Amino acid sequence: MTPPSSTQPAPIRIIDTGIANTASVSAAFGRLGLSAALCESPDAVREAAAVVLPGVGSFGAGIGRLRELGLVDAIKERIEADRATLCVCLGLQLLGETSEESPGAVGLGVAPVAATHFPPGARTPQFGWNLVTPGAGFGLADAGYAYFANTYRLTELPVGWAGATSDHAGPFVASMRKGNVLACQFHPELSGPWGLGLLASWARACAGLEARVPATGRAEAC
Amino acid sequence: MLTRRVIPCLDVRDGRVVKGVRFGNLRDSGDPVELAAAYEAQGADELVVLDVSATPEGRGTAVETLRAVRGAISIPITIGGGIRRREDAERMLANGADKVGVNTAAVDRPEILSDLAERVGVQCVVLAVDAARRESGRDGWEVVTRSGTNRTGLDAIEWMRRGQELGAGEILLTSWDRDGTRDGYDLALLEAASNAIERPVIASGGANSPEHMAEALTHGADAVLAASIFHEGEWTVAGIKEELARAGVPVRRLEGAL
Repeated sequence: MTPPSSTQPAPIRIIDTGIANTASVSAAFGRLGLSAALCESPDAVREAAAVVLPGVGSFGAGIGRLRELGLVDAIKERIEADRATLCVCLGLQLLGETSEESPGAVGLGVAPVAATHFPPGARTPQFGWNLVTPGAGFGLADAGYAYFANTYRLTELPVGWAGATSDHAGPFVASMRKGNVLACQFHPELSGPWGLGLLASWARACAGLEARVPATGRAEAC
Repeated sequence: MLTRRVIPCLDVRDGRVVKGVRFGNLRDSGDPVELAAAYEAQGADELVVLDVSATPEGRGTAVETLRAVRGAISIPITIGGGIRRREDAERMLANGADKVGVNTAAVDRPEILSDLAERVGVQCVVLAVDAARRESGRDGWEVVTRSGTNRTGLDAIEWMRRGQELGAGEILLTSWDRDGTRDGYDLALLEAASNAIERPVIASGGANSPEHMAEALTHGADAVLAASIFHEGEWTVAGIKEELARAGVPVRRLEGAL
């Protein structure tokens, strides 16, 4: 993890849900020359130049943890104010209202969508690299392969969001973007050079942070 | 569509990569950070790091190795070896692992799988199963533990089913009979496993060529793991993937990767 310097706080704050792979997220920003630190206070979420909502674990536990930390309002305010926010994996699903994974649990409700299980016959979790194809208005990246680790997904893009799609026993929402808010069902921090490129584009376009992309090969379709 | 994964495995002891035949006669193959970065650049889809040290000091070194590898690559890392308690798993996840492999500890105390799944999610829990063909002409495979020194009598297929129910998100299935032999994966074992469970199966043990990998992927494996074939420089990940693509297996390839 890149420690913030003593004079300047890290511009990127990763919400410490206690159950996510935050070390991988920090390491990815570190490779881009961007400093990221964990946070769990509403003030930090409100003030940071950019905030990452990571997510591993169940929908119910994830939203429960955000409530416990008192972060629900701070996250919703950021998103409504169009401030740079990145939601990863479960983080994307938490933007919606409900999930079949945790009946009765209520998400952030930023988007009127619900996560559902992949259809029978699809091997779950979906573990591995799938082709992500950005649609109109998405920007930030060309089509490329990204790493997924999910059992639930959105099948409909909420109104007002631009999207990118993938296919696992049918099309699903791989990513969605509204202004400076980017939500990825895949793990950009684990998606090799393509993922780093996306993180760098988001940091630059949405948070005004200049990233240094390491020189490695670019992903191509096969 | 979801591509099939090619996963190099680093067996690490005292900060170095080693790989032996049938878990014995460990030889030194190199620096884990250098190898990991090279494999990422070649297009590796994930990395498995197995801590094969047997001492508490070795475990501490493995955490250092994990941190160093994490800082150098942006693909998923699964760490295994010596994960005995939930706290061990959480320490690995906090230090850069994305998934944790549990083997002997799960056989001894299956509840560790549900405990982990509840705490960190099934996506982070890999059940590592070492399976050996039953002796004296009986059908099927049994689970072996403690680096192969202990034949448990437990039916490997039943065990994977149970592991799935308890909370394993993925199965790393090593054929004890084939590991290190380079005779190819145990295809019958892979087929039996993938028919019995819904979770993705990573084939391990016996790979010596892209043909072996293509066979495994058409016999039920979702991913193929190998060590020596990569460490000794006979094949790069990119070279393997070129052959797999030619054989009609969907794979992710990196532009410019050699």
